[in-house]
Amino acid sequence: MKSTEEYVYRSTSAGIPNIPTYIRDFWNRRVFAVEMSKSGMRSSNANNVLGSFWLVLNPLLLAFVYYLLISVLSGNNSAQEDPQRLPHIVGGIFAYYFFAACMTGGAQSVVAAGRLIMNTPFPRLLLVYSVVRTAFYRFLPTIPVFFLVYLIKGQHFHLVQLLAIPAFFMLTLAGFGMAALLATAQVYFRDTSSFLPYINRIWLYISPILFYWERIYKELGTLSYLNPLYSFMGIWGDVLIRGKMPPVHMWYAAGLWSIGIFTVGSLIFISRESDFAVRI
Amino acid sequence: MISLSEFDASDDFSPADATVNADGSVNNGPKLVKEVSQDRAIYLDDVCVTYKTAFDRQRTLKQILAHPFQKTTNFKVVDAMKHVTLEVNHGTVLGVIGHNGAGKSTMLRTMAGILRPTSGAVEVHGRVSTLLALGLGFNNNLSGRENVMLGGLAMGMSRDEIEEKYHQIAEFSELGDFIDLPMRTYSSGMGAKLAFSVAVHFEPDVLLVDEALSAGDARFKTKARDKMHELMSTARTIVVVSHALNTIADLCNDAIWLDHGQLMGRGAPQEMIDRYMEHVKVASSAVTKDDF
Repeated sequence: MKSTEEYVYRSTSAGIPNIPTYIRDFWNRRVFAVEMSKSGMRSSNANNVLGSFWLVLNPLLLAFVYYLLISVLSGNNSAQEDPQRLPHIVGGIFAYYFFAACMTGGAQSVVAAGRLIMNTPFPRLLLVYSVVRTAFYRFLPTIPVFFLVYLIKGQHFHLVQLLAIPAFFMLTLAGFGMAALLATAQVYFRDTSSFLPYINRIWLYISPILFYWERIYKELGTLSYLNPLYSFMGIWGDVLIRGKMPPVHMWYAAGLWSIGIFTVGSLIFISRESDFAVRI
Repeated sequence: MISLSEFDASDDFSPADATVNADGSVNNGPKLVKEVSQDRAIYLDDVCVTYKTAFDRQRTLKQILAHPFQKTTNFKVVDAMKHVTLEVNHGTVLGVIGHNGAGKSTMLRTMAGILRPTSGAVEVHGRVSTLLALGLGFNNNLSGRENVMLGGLAMGMSRDEIEEKYHQIAEFSELGDFIDLPMRTYSSGMGAKLAFSVAVHFEPDVLLVDEALSAGDARFKTKARDKMHELMSTARTIVVVSHALNTIADLCNDAIWLDHGQLMGRGAPQEMIDRYMEHVKVASSAVTKDDF
């Protein structure tokens, strides 16, 4: 019996298809992105002896490296005297690695899907969603590791820590937008992914991850807000580690940046996606 | 069933203006537009597809610095489809013939929604399945079973639907225990057999096949041909692109001929094959005929 499915493909002036139809199609096929993410995670550790245990081992090793850096190698007494310093760095690094994983995964998402894009019609933004989902599931095991470090350093739980959830949501929106933007850039400019490790490192050092946001604000003032991660990581550090409410304008900036990056990144991606099949 | 037609008088006629009716006749005169058919499976409405393709390597920074004013064009604009209007009704098995670069694969990808028309519109009624030359296109580190699941989900099917069909697919593909091994361990023939099995077992209303019917050994080819005939008998719409003209003559009940992105004609498969062969001045031989 013939199905009732009907598809109409038209040329569009700005390359952007009908957005409600696109969103509906995206939603209907979200299971595909979930399965792609799951299978990608399975296959990435298939040849390792430790397999999926790497999901937990990675953040543990990362925390240990920064513990060495801060507590032993730096020789900085203030770092050792401040009990919030290590949790701040570890918590910040974990969140930042999630964001960086969105960017690096996103940059490869379209070009790595070569034959899939050539052969199967589906909203290509699902590839980006799949990458962000993978980054999120790799981030999850870092949460207990963070709280272990947090408690070892004698810190207590605060109600304001619940605000880390909307803060992380905004970071995820921005990560999705960046992933979409870099996926598009990589199709046209294959050097993009070669630059990414350096961009990631520089962005890590200029954002309030290894130090508190006040230090950047003292140097740059309101110019600090030009860096989206200043707001995201500033809020993250304040609510999750220091248990205090960040300034309200930091929330506004984070909200605007997350919606802006998500919208611009997604629209640029969607407007170019019909080109992908002939460019990769 | 054509319910409405109207004429658009056009003085300048070229092969690009060839419009093909649902009954198979080609209008080489004034353009017939706004046909609406209840049985319509696919409708291409004055579709053009133009894209840029890289034909040269990107200049390196060193080359740019050494010759900063050298004008280079790294992209070629390809008019892959030029004003193609075509209606295909349910139950039609349409063969598409033409030389390399005629726009056959582009047309299939445009019907599938993989490529978007530069101008015009494409309508497809029913669930589409593609069996294109590049195979399944999934993760070679995953097993055949996992790739079947991914393939089905990408086509918009539910997990339940895929699981329901899985055993038929596995059995038809004749992969045995290999179905649970990573696809990187498969031979190209095994991969092609699995791709064929996936494409034909998900009960598509519209099956688009591009040079992918020669999968596997002689036994599998016979099975594949029988399966295609079975699909045809259940009134599926199938569009087959092949250089193997015997395949077109054997499978199809309708055919079109494309040349440099233009629709040159539509008619009975043998008639189109004869016209095409005459055009390219190639005598019929085993080389041009074999596939299944």
